[in-house]
Amino acid sequence: MIKAQEIKKSFLVSLWFMFLTFPIMVIRVNPIEKFVEWRWKNMLVVGIGSFLLSFVWRYMLKKKEAGEKRAETGESGKTFLIQRILEERRFYIPLVTGLTIIAVAFPFIFSMYQTSIMTTALMYIVLGLGLNIVVGLAGLLDLGYVAFYAVGAYSYALLNYHFGLGFWSVLPIGAVLGFIFGVLLGFPVLRLQGDYLAIVTLGFGEIIRLVLENWNEFSFGPSGIANIDRPGFFGIQFSLQTASIYLYFLMIGLVIFTIIVVNRLQNSRIGRAWIALREDETACQAMGIDKTRTKLRAFALGATWAGMVGVIFAAKTTFINPASFTFLESAMILSIVVLGGMGSILGVIIGALILILLPEYLRAFSDYRMLLFGAIMVIMMVFRPQGIIANIRRTYKFNE
Amino acid sequence: MNTILEVKDLSMDFGGLRALDHLDLNVVEGEIAAIIGPNGAGKTTFFNCITGIYNPTEGEILISPPGKKRKKINGLKPNRVTKKGMARTFQNIRLFSNMTVLENVMIGRHCRTSSGIVGAILRGRSTIKEEKDVVDFSYNILKKTGISHLVNEFAKNLPYGAQRRLEIARAMATEPFLLLLDEPAAGMNPRETRELDELITRLRDEDNVSILMIEHDMKLVMSLSDRIFVMDYGRKIAQGTPSDIINNPVVIKAYLGEDIDA
Ligand SMILES: Nc1ncnc2c1ncn2[C@@H]1O[C@H](COP(=O)(O)OP(=O)(O)O)[C@@H](O)[C@H]1O
Ligand SMILES: [Mg+2]
Repeated sequence: MIKAQEIKKSFLVSLWFMFLTFPIMVIRVNPIEKFVEWRWKNMLVVGIGSFLLSFVWRYMLKKKEAGEKRAETGESGKTFLIQRILEERRFYIPLVTGLTIIAVAFPFIFSMYQTSIMTTALMYIVLGLGLNIVVGLAGLLDLGYVAFYAVGAYSYALLNYHFGLGFWSVLPIGAVLGFIFGVLLGFPVLRLQGDYLAIVTLGFGEIIRLVLENWNEFSFGPSGIANIDRPGFFGIQFSLQTASIYLYFLMIGLVIFTIIVVNRLQNSRIGRAWIALREDETACQAMGIDKTRTKLRAFALGATWAGMVGVIFAAKTTFINPASFTFLESAMILSIVVLGGMGSILGVIIGALILILLPEYLRAFSDYRMLLFGAIMVIMMVFRPQGIIANIRRTYKFNE
Repeated sequence: MNTILEVKDLSMDFGGLRALDHLDLNVVEGEIAAIIGPNGAGKTTFFNCITGIYNPTEGEILISPPGKKRKKINGLKPNRVTKKGMARTFQNIRLFSNMTVLENVMIGRHCRTSSGIVGAILRGRSTIKEEKDVVDFSYNILKKTGISHLVNEFAKNLPYGAQRRLEIARAMATEPFLLLLDEPAAGMNPRETRELDELITRLRDEDNVSILMIEHDMKLVMSLSDRIFVMDYGRKIAQGTPSDIINNPVVIKAYLGEDIDA
């Protein structure tokens, strides 16, 4: 199967790579002892590695093209394995039971450190699902999502600092403030489309962060706010250990709540309007749907969720400062949605687990974290632009 | 006979181009009226102006929905116009291609229903009932328009004729008093065109909807219309019954050398 031509192609690729990486992989200048070290062994590794990888790359591309062709001719009647599992009760019930048991047992089996990481991952799941309403369902590219996360976090931190308000009373306030900020920011911004919307939301996100950084009297500037109360339970304050377990279960609850909400929204009058708006704005308006209002609803609803998670974030870390709300955070949440599969709930969950947990457990490679991250993204965009779980929307099936 | 749509002195400029030039036109309740004219005459632009997609440069658009007061609708957004009871189809089909046939029609029900975010999340009895009503209503329209066998298909997978019908079904779901059809027979074969003729008559007779359509198929126009408006270069050059129009020398001159079926 391997033809001479293929070998030649791969050979050229490996030559090219050896040449490109020559300065960093082979030459090492030792400035103290003033000599140049030539690491020819590295060159060999790069050469063989790229030679083999180029085969894999081409094989995968070919497979993907074949798949596309099959999809075009309508031959592929098979649904995805995951889709099938989710539809059949026989698989579905044991799967959910198993997951529930694991989820409940997790904090008692693993250490507090593991529980804390898992709680963070759960927070990103909720953030991803919230952004998924905006990006996945309504098709609005929002690059400033973290602004609403910051609004939630600061509302708890400040209300707690100044008035001693507790977690549970601020949680709804954070949600409402997120919603209000969503409406306020969304109103002027949502007239724009596509790239313009993305850029302006990015700008708004940065503005909020810069305000928090510079308005010392209000937000205590870059030094942030410390000693924020952990969530209590009817006035009882927990020990650190119990509090982290408590937060974990709180997040499990919020994840389940969010899944239910997003699922219901998807199959509702509003959810349909979002999808229609994504498909054709003009036709949508001509069918009597208020474009601005419908978009604003998605935007503000996403912001509500960010506000809520923001409150939880402040309660979990007990210290916040503007550095936690940079554009990188928005990019991370967006990556979760895109990697997982836009519009797909399961996809977002898997995306969040991969992107948050992998770096935690691959601490050994922490130097290459961003490199790995970039590589995963590029590979995904080439081979599976629709995300890990392609969103096959459950359409309204009508049986008489 | 009540006039339900009155357009007075309507003009529309695109930069230096005058696409509509002091146009007067009215539609009376219960009629099927047609607009004909060569390509580029400004027919679609006229639809875009009265449905709020464009804001006309000059002139007035007044509607008097049956049983309601006369109202000026200049400058209203398209969704407001639809809510007031004028629904349209598009010359170049604009369906929601990745939604099913039923879902397309359900979108048309949006402006006649009200459940919001909270309703969707709580999914109370009234929301469930509204949803069921929407499905039933939409399915009935599909039956009426003769595409109910395609109910669960994606709109993009429909044959051309069915797509045109679905556009009509979707517009009908908004319960209009005036239905605006932009070249509904374009691209249809003679048999599909005959069926369309029946459908439009049926909608007028059974659903109490008046119809204003742009159409090039002269056979269809002649058999369906009560009145015909002829446009050329943004102006109305003639109006009258089909027999008036067919013998009108001005119309014949405008069409001379034009391929009428184009
Ligand atoms: N959005 C627009 N911008 C500029 N010119 C337009 C626009 N829409 C239509 N026109 C012009 O207006 C004229 C009338 O077009 P149209 O209404 O589509 O004609 P018809 O539907 O009668 O074939 C054409 O010359 C067309 O190029
Ligand atoms: Mg036209």
